[in-house]
Amino acid sequence: MTAPAPTRIEWRLGTVVEVIPETSRTRTVVLDVPGWPGHRAGQHVDVRLTAEDGYQTERSYSIASAPEDRHLSLTVERLDEGEVSPYLTEELRKGDKLEIRGPIGGYFAWDISVGGPLLLIGGGSGIVPLMAMLRHREIALKARDRATRRQIPARLLYSSRRWDDIIYREELARLAENDNTLEVIHTLTREQPEVWNGYRRRIDRKMLNEVGWPAAENPRIFVCGPTPLVESAAATLVELGHQPTLVKTERFGPTGGTG
Amino acid sequence: MSPVSRGFRGRRPSSDKASRLPPGQYETRDFPVLSAGPTPRSPLDKWDLTLTSVAGKTARWTWDEFQKLPREKITTDIHCVTKWSKFDTQWEGVSIDTLLSEASSRGVVASPYVMAKCDGGYTTNVPLADLVNGKGWIAFIYDGAPLHPEHGGPARLLVPHLYFWKSAKWVRELRLMDQNVPGFWEDAGYHIYGDPWREQRYTGD
Repeated sequence: MTAPAPTRIEWRLGTVVEVIPETSRTRTVVLDVPGWPGHRAGQHVDVRLTAEDGYQTERSYSIASAPEDRHLSLTVERLDEGEVSPYLTEELRKGDKLEIRGPIGGYFAWDISVGGPLLLIGGGSGIVPLMAMLRHREIALKARDRATRRQIPARLLYSSRRWDDIIYREELARLAENDNTLEVIHTLTREQPEVWNGYRRRIDRKMLNEVGWPAAENPRIFVCGPTPLVESAAATLVELGHQPTLVKTERFGPTGGTG
Repeated sequence: MSPVSRGFRGRRPSSDKASRLPPGQYETRDFPVLSAGPTPRSPLDKWDLTLTSVAGKTARWTWDEFQKLPREKITTDIHCVTKWSKFDTQWEGVSIDTLLSEASSRGVVASPYVMAKCDGGYTTNVPLADLVNGKGWIAFIYDGAPLHPEHGGPARLLVPHLYFWKSAKWVRELRLMDQNVPGFWEDAGYHIYGDPWREQRYTGD
């Protein structure tokens, strides 16, 4: 049993080439990372910050960019009580260096070779790894024929509080406009624009039934968002007959109620 | 080594807490949930726990039988590979020492490695030495109440000195092995052993 020593995932020094405001609480940090080994859509990175006295802290962030993109993007939501997210969303600027290591995680990941249909369910900043999948799908399918595209249809059900809280709102609209095999469905749980024909409640069984494919079509399902949303959506999908192994989840934040 | 992050001051933990935080960890008071899929639900009348030897001998406990085994109270810090640590968590469970000694009377012979197998298909590998001598339990009470399914109820493995993915939720079987075989996350790039104090997060750390 003498296997070669596994290669360590090294810390790398990225340079911020751009910061893009997304919503009032979120910002995308675009990094140039020399030697980046590539990633699969859905994976994440560790970020490490170092203070002048040597104090360090680390956090994990999902990758927002497609593997095909030239730069690595992270979209970060500012948490008021956070230690790292306020720095990344308010302090960090073009030209700054950022230590990262990755890619991390091989389970919550998708590429077109996995196939479809692809059902994505996101809440808030849980959209980030799902967006990497949609960006990858768009680029990877561009080179394929229409039949392949039709074999991998995608639907995104995305829950936000308000219209202005929808991350990547314009890009999502543009992606769906140019691709009749992609549907983007929003639900706004707290406040809706005056004219709004979409959902206006939390994701529930009826909504998942209306939006998703029947279980018999074996959609690949990825659910990412706050813990209560993911717990409820994943449990409902299993009730609707989807195989638990086809429902991949990523949760963040505390449990609801007593936990 | 690492360059200073311009403008980063950080929020340092107090010195007594800092000494309890492994490298790269921060303290949380929440109890975050990390699971790769939907939360499985196991009715207690269908639940059992099995210890299986390499030769295929088994010792099995139903929920009621398991509840009659001597239990211990555990207060411990836990450390998740996603960076959070939680101090002084309180559990009750049956020690692996107890299960092994019960099982040995039923012909289950110990081996150096264990694969924990769970409802939902999750697996994780742990050396037996890290589960015995008061280092591992099957826990079913958290904070004085039955362990919630989101956190691994009805019962989970508790191995608090390793990263918390080793404390497998929804555990149903401990399978003894002669060789160290990677489990679910270990196969997906996470460290084969997972010692937080050596920051063994990922393969090769």
